[in-house]
Amino acid sequence: MPITLVMLSTDWLVWLLVAAIVGFAFYVRRREHLVEPWRRVLRSRSGMVSLLVLAVFVIVGLLDSVHFRQRLAGQPAGAKTAYAVDVLSLLDVVCEPLRQRREKTYSAPFATELYAKETMELADGRQAREYPRLKHGGAHLKDPPSEFTRDVSRRALGGAAGGVIAWLLVAALVSALLAHRHTLRVSETWRRIWRGRMEVPWGAILLTLLVLFMVGGVVFALSAKYHIFGTDKVGNDVFYQALKSVRTGLVIGTLTTLIMLPFAIALGIMAGYFGGWLDDVIQYIYTTLNSIPGVLLIAAAVLMVQVYIDKRIAANPELLATTAERADLRLLLLCVILGVMTWTGLCRLLRGETLKLKSLEYIQAAQALGVRSLGIVTRHILPNVTHIVLITVVMEFSGLVLAEAVLSYVGVGVDPSMISFGTMINNARLEMAREPMVWWSLAAAFVFMFMMVLAANLFADAVRDAFDPRVRIARAPAGLAPAKA
Amino acid sequence: MTAYIIRRALYAIPILIGVNIFTFLLFFIVNTPDDMARMHLGLKRVTPEAVAKWKQERGYDKPVAFNAAAPGLTDKLTQTIFFEKSVRMFALDFGAADDGRNIAREIKTRMWPSLAVALPVFVVGLAVYITFALLVAFFRATYIDFWGVVLCVAMMSISAMFYIIGGQYLISKLWHLVPISGFQGGLDAGKFLVLPVAIGVVSGLGGAARLYRTFFLEEISKDYVRTARAKGLSEGTVLFRHVLKNAMIPILTGAVVAIPLLFMGSLITESFFGIPGLGSYTIDAIRSQDFGVVRSMVFIGSVLYIVGLLLTDISYTLVDPRVRFE
Repeated sequence: MPITLVMLSTDWLVWLLVAAIVGFAFYVRRREHLVEPWRRVLRSRSGMVSLLVLAVFVIVGLLDSVHFRQRLAGQPAGAKTAYAVDVLSLLDVVCEPLRQRREKTYSAPFATELYAKETMELADGRQAREYPRLKHGGAHLKDPPSEFTRDVSRRALGGAAGGVIAWLLVAALVSALLAHRHTLRVSETWRRIWRGRMEVPWGAILLTLLVLFMVGGVVFALSAKYHIFGTDKVGNDVFYQALKSVRTGLVIGTLTTLIMLPFAIALGIMAGYFGGWLDDVIQYIYTTLNSIPGVLLIAAAVLMVQVYIDKRIAANPELLATTAERADLRLLLLCVILGVMTWTGLCRLLRGETLKLKSLEYIQAAQALGVRSLGIVTRHILPNVTHIVLITVVMEFSGLVLAEAVLSYVGVGVDPSMISFGTMINNARLEMAREPMVWWSLAAAFVFMFMMVLAANLFADAVRDAFDPRVRIARAPAGLAPAKA
Repeated sequence: MTAYIIRRALYAIPILIGVNIFTFLLFFIVNTPDDMARMHLGLKRVTPEAVAKWKQERGYDKPVAFNAAAPGLTDKLTQTIFFEKSVRMFALDFGAADDGRNIAREIKTRMWPSLAVALPVFVVGLAVYITFALLVAFFRATYIDFWGVVLCVAMMSISAMFYIIGGQYLISKLWHLVPISGFQGGLDAGKFLVLPVAIGVVSGLGGAARLYRTFFLEEISKDYVRTARAKGLSEGTVLFRHVLKNAMIPILTGAVVAIPLLFMGSLITESFFGIPGLGSYTIDAIRSQDFGVVRSMVFIGSVLYIVGLLLTDISYTLVDPRVRFE
């Protein structure tokens, strides 16, 4: 199918971020002292489990970050190629049936009929108020009441079985690789995995994979024929919307920190290292910004940005050809605004840490040996504050995902045409007042958001525990340590 | 002490000026009043006369920072948007909202409902969080501690909006215990306030209790606690008599900064529960793009935050005798 690739501005940044992470991983791999804290993350059971769950979301988000436009069908040869206005992503292709199978209006999860009665003409010519059958959800059933339970359980079991088979393959591969690496027999490796005698908690990892595979299999098998989270007011599949929201959440959670990081690091270290009037100015800037209540500053900034975008579009309609590009620009600007809000915390932390490091002997020695300031900052200070940067980035992620929902509710979040957790909740809120209630949009947003934020929180804890020297020393035996301190 | 407080108060002045200039730049320089007028009146079918009228109604038709046409130097400086819209905010003169009402008077009447929700949330919340955290710290390194922390992390991972929606559905719609939303003055206010306050407390539990737990654990690992135990004091006495008092220092000083901001109320709580406070005022202004109100709220919010910082400094010196004012 002829297509043209569309790189939205956030797509560029998302892939830049991926490249940066891969590059960082290669850099770390060759340096033993940098690998060590990551080993601690690898050994943490909750860290690895949450990382796997996060990985599922990241895969969905990355699939949704490759955009393109299809060529319109039926064009005369030789004419200038025209492309469809819809910007699609790889995720849309994967979920093609979910996207296409639109119902008329609300339908409950797993429903085979619409949620509202309609006047229908019966076979004998009389009219009656009935629940009409759905066009797609459960359309393969001849007589839903008698077949429904059997069909759903058959499909669910099939999906789960598929998941287990796929998992067995992965588990076999993993144990074979581990056996090869530790020069053990496969059966011995298998035993050690399940008795928790490996350095990395492979047992927990494989168990999580089993759950993920089974859930994935069941969801895959059922969503092929039913709307597993129902449909919304205009009949769109809610499960598909929840999947699309993942990218928005991830983009806000990661790009915001990516954008603010250079400023926070540069200003924080400069203030701490050089001191004097530079320190005063930087401190003044972040205290001032910090003293404006967050939501209000964001609201004010987003209002202004919206005026700006509208002005630009009114002046030059060609500038942002598709709604997707327009929504994407707003998303990017929202990240920038949130970044301006959040850099102050990190900046302050880095300033304090730099002040502390500056008075240490090795920095004084470097100064005495005539190393230039730039050299000291990049070679001696920057590497020693990396853990603070890393911890802040990971800790901030979940807060930003939650903030997006609130901001979209207030009306200063993402563009209303962009699917996100915030817009889903915002739309669903009015449906709560309906009688009978439409609860599934909220339920879907809740489940997805909760899983994502919980996994992010747990992973952030694992990273903090592994990297923060203070936590490592002062940490009271948490978790299930037997002895009481 | 007085000299110290005065000096801290003087520090606040440049910050307030900074906030004032920043909001001015954001609202009047990034987009000119003409842009705002066009946005308000609709982008396409708008005549220059309509724009001029819109600007004149709001007093946006003056020069930005220097009025060369006005007679006398004072008028040259004061007959400007910057002076009328920004500098006058220091005198708590916020002008009129788009619906013609005086913003300052609106704020004065609306801050009490906000406070009626936010203050109980603050007080009850603090008591509940400290109790919960102390309980978890008492059972540290046991299953209770582990599951307490798990509960905290899980509760932190739920958006505040779900607490509100869930609470409204369960308590008001299903069990019909209290009205789903609304507000009334006087004694009747109670039944409208119970639910928002309870939800406010619950939604903050996860984050706060987990933070306070780390404060307690940090204190517990200190030498004076070991001494107290070595004297033969019971674990309860150690926790309540020694650890609690010392851990209250970071807890209280962290909480003090939020006290002045209680007047501002919470955006989503007030909007969901239909409480006519400053939070819902702000949210309405944002939705109807009433720039005057948003600008005023940004300024007031900053003033209250800075007052909070000042109170924090003072409370540090009061509760912690080790802190001395230079």
